[in-house]
Amino acid sequence: MTLREIADLLDARILVGGDHLDIEVKTAFSADLMSDVLAFAKPGSIMITGLTNPQIVRIASIVDNSAILVVRGKIPPEETLTLAEELDIPVLSTRYILFETSGRLYANGIVGCVRKIEGPESVIPL
Amino acid sequence: MTQGCECSFSVEGEKFAEAGKVSVEIKKMLKKIGIPDDVRRRAAIATYESEVNIISYAIEGTVKLQVTRDRILIDIRDTGPGISNIEQAMEQGYSTANDRIREMGFGAGMGLFNIKNCSDTFEISSEEGKGTHLKILINR
Amino acid sequence: MDVAFLVEKLGLTVRCGEDRLDREVSGGYAGDLLSNVLAGSKNGDVWVTCQAHQNIVAVSVLKEHACIILTQGRQPDTDTIERASQEGIPLLVTELSGFEIAGRIYGLLHP
Repeated sequence: MTLREIADLLDARILVGGDHLDIEVKTAFSADLMSDVLAFAKPGSIMITGLTNPQIVRIASIVDNSAILVVRGKIPPEETLTLAEELDIPVLSTRYILFETSGRLYANGIVGCVRKIEGPESVIPL
Repeated sequence: MTQGCECSFSVEGEKFAEAGKVSVEIKKMLKKIGIPDDVRRRAAIATYESEVNIISYAIEGTVKLQVTRDRILIDIRDTGPGISNIEQAMEQGYSTANDRIREMGFGAGMGLFNIKNCSDTFEISSEEGKGTHLKILINR
Repeated sequence: MDVAFLVEKLGLTVRCGEDRLDREVSGGYAGDLLSNVLAGSKNGDVWVTCQAHQNIVAVSVLKEHACIILTQGRQPDTDTIERASQEGIPLLVTELSGFEIAGRIYGLLHP
């Protein structure tokens, strides 16, 4: 799906990156705790989160997320949006909760990032 | 053409708003000197987790980056309470974070686990009451 | 739909609450920020989270969730299992990510 299609599906506001709506997204990672994103998110995936602090932008930049989708109707503060503009990462906001957001995207063909974990020694982080 | 570099950054404890500044900076620097995507990403993730650990648990710390022809070395030292049980701290999901830290999105207990997964070699030592030292090596 | 149905359909591992799998499921909530879960989740929700520490049990009890599902093979510690057992909250584990498991549960709730 493109970012534009994702925004339409979830009635999302485009807060940063209105000129990047044709980006193609195939995978998603949803988390409120950022270490999980670092461990498992794939480059190009969309980060879905209820966190709004600037961390989400730094993490997205580190793992090469294609965009950030903030849920629960939250609007990140100015410092987060400014950093997103600086690092050129689109930020969207939807009023749907994380569960519903994940559900709708999954139903539309977006898949998760993690391969099956066999045991503690064989987690594949990237 | 391979380029190298060497630089050092300070990280202050409790400065949660700053977490990630050093890793983002390092990632940019590594891109400028032509380090491939995958290696850059691993270095940035390992540095990020180290930064967050310093901010969450230590008084202050230093992140030193050294890039040579064939490897990236990230050396992190902090002063703080140290880690009493390193083996336990390395477990995926084990965390001593309090609720305040978790509400900011940290404290998932993946930090050291993530660092180890991103490194080609990883050394950790810690002294209770003094601090912790990490050496992360990633081959180019 | 009850918790037992989810366990069967999604191949979840039951860590405790085997005798409470008849709890009714009416919705889902995914999230790791306890304050958000307290504010936003509902009675009868399946709570999908990566948080495995014992504070999650109190939250689940307060909000009367149907069960807790830990993601990415996260194992709850013994304190968490004990608390959840005492409170009658089924603790389940999936190997899948939060996104994937939420997606699948959503699909079962909205066929």
